[in-house]
Amino acid sequence: MVFEVFRQEKKGQPFTHAGSVVAPDAAFADAWAREQYGRRGESEALWLVPRDAVHQVTEWADEFDLKYRRVDGYSIKERLRIARERAGTTPA
Amino acid sequence: MSARAQRLLELADDELILGWRDSEWTGIAPTLEEDVAFSSIAQNEIGHARALYELAATELGTDADALAFDRQPDEYRCAQLVELRLMDWAHTIARRYLYEEADRVRLEALKAGDDAELAGLAAKIDREETYHRLHAEMWAGRLRDEPRFRSAIEELWPYALAVVDEGQRAELARRTGLSVDSTQTVQRGQHTPELAELWNEMTEVRRSAPGATW
Repeated sequence: MVFEVFRQEKKGQPFTHAGSVVAPDAAFADAWAREQYGRRGESEALWLVPRDAVHQVTEWADEFDLKYRRVDGYSIKERLRIARERAGTTPA
Repeated sequence: MSARAQRLLELADDELILGWRDSEWTGIAPTLEEDVAFSSIAQNEIGHARALYELAATELGTDADALAFDRQPDEYRCAQLVELRLMDWAHTIARRYLYEEADRVRLEALKAGDDAELAGLAAKIDREETYHRLHAEMWAGRLRDEPRFRSAIEELWPYALAVVDEGQRAELARRTGLSVDSTQTVQRGQHTPELAELWNEMTEVRRSAPGATW
């Protein structure tokens, strides 16, 4: 089984993906992840998640090309330049 | 040599030789993850040996390296359990499991003992052993029903008994679910030829340049 390992560096910080361990069960994943992701005191806590438990989303329907919903749909740079000129706050 | 120094050398030699034997698996353990974990445990044991040698060295007026490497093979006081050259994983895990159980009984007694310095060191070692026990119990649990593991445990049990004092053997048997009566303990004091072979390799670099400062 593959267990995805998420690591929290300090209390209160979000867990971020650190890597994975291949282990036959959760007990082995626990022991092996401790060594690889925590033995130098670099982690406050770990989350071990069986890869099968991860529901992955990769398909994105965009049949009508709804550009205005996306952040790359606008070019704000040009408009910002014009607005700054009008207000007289063009950066040097 | 005082009884205390002898005792410290017994403990230190057990940890050094087992650490050395286990480190022979570095690079060839069954999986990468286990390789990292097993090598780390082996290093920890050698670290414990170092701390114990340092205590002994203060009393004997020498240093830890001299105690670890400059004695003759027959002067080492380790139990035969740790010096055996075990060529398969079932035996290796059986030894780790039996040694950890024995070491736990021994450390508990040392922590409660009158020697404050040794009790303090035992407590420090015991904290690191928590991980070793987790590892050993996890493997023993997984291999419990494997005939190869069962026979390895039976084969090594008479050796494991010698790791602890006579008065602690009943407790060790209770914890492992094995029996003291059915076996002949392989006592400390004698060594297998395998220790001399290990010693040759272990001390080779140090002997190649006697007195060098590294």
